[in-house]
Amino acid sequence: MTTPLSHYLVFSAMLFSIGFAGAVLRRNAVLVLIGLELMLNAANLNFIAFWRYGAHPGALTGVLFTLFSIAIAAAEAAVGLALIIAIYRHRKTIQMDRLDSLKG
Amino acid sequence: MAHEITFYLIALLTLAAAIAAMSLRNLVHCALCAAGAFAGLAAIYLLLNAEFVGFAQFLVYVGAVAILIVFTILLTQGVEMKSSVALVSPSWLTGLAITGLMLACIVAPILASPSLHRSAPPNIAAPVKKIGEELMTGCILPLETVGLLLTAALLGAVVIAMSDKPPFQPKTAGNPPRRETQEEVSLR
Repeated sequence: MTTPLSHYLVFSAMLFSIGFAGAVLRRNAVLVLIGLELMLNAANLNFIAFWRYGAHPGALTGVLFTLFSIAIAAAEAAVGLALIIAIYRHRKTIQMDRLDSLKG
Repeated sequence: MAHEITFYLIALLTLAAAIAAMSLRNLVHCALCAAGAFAGLAAIYLLLNAEFVGFAQFLVYVGAVAILIVFTILLTQGVEMKSSVALVSPSWLTGLAITGLMLACIVAPILASPSLHRSAPPNIAAPVKKIGEELMTGCILPLETVGLLLTAALLGAVVIAMSDKPPFQPKTAGNPPRRETQEEVSLR
């Protein structure tokens, strides 16, 4: 285990940025959701890395927090994709910039 | 040394898969690349001695979330995207600038901090038995809450995605009167 902790953190930051770029730039709602999932995964990787390199690894807090985070992310993905399907049924499009009914 | 090489290889593959998932035109290819990125992250969890989290990640993300995403793609607009449709929103330059700024703001403190360059203490593991005991004693309230949340999310997803129309419409007696088509109107 000679890889320093900072390499894991930089990798996680790059993954977070890729997910953020996808969520901000792409017009398709499904891809926005995939970007959100990538950002959540980057945060989970930080939890695990800090647990592994931390001062009290016997406490298992990072592992438990990641498990709960994965469960909540799964629920979020299910509800988000159901919302996308409902929006598609009403508006016949999932392009984000055409869903602007609330725009003043 | 082998550990380092493995980490860099997996990290490179994961980043490439994530970039492909965010930039390809075919939506099913995007979903497959996202599944590849999730699998790479599961491998990194295994590399960090968090076996249970790695397998949970593999089951939940590669197994369930990827399938959900593919289902959503196929239930909405389908795979085909016309090449004339723009991939990114019109203000993509601003978004890219904000992304770059954010990445710099995260990475610069990480590289500047001397305490983050330490290497890992050896022989650290998270055995499944210990995780289970911890979940069932210290974390019992969060565990129950997550169970409730998953149930509510499942019901909510079904209710949201359910069609408004009743799925079965009884046939009315006799056929409705046939309307003239456009061709017949023009012939007349």
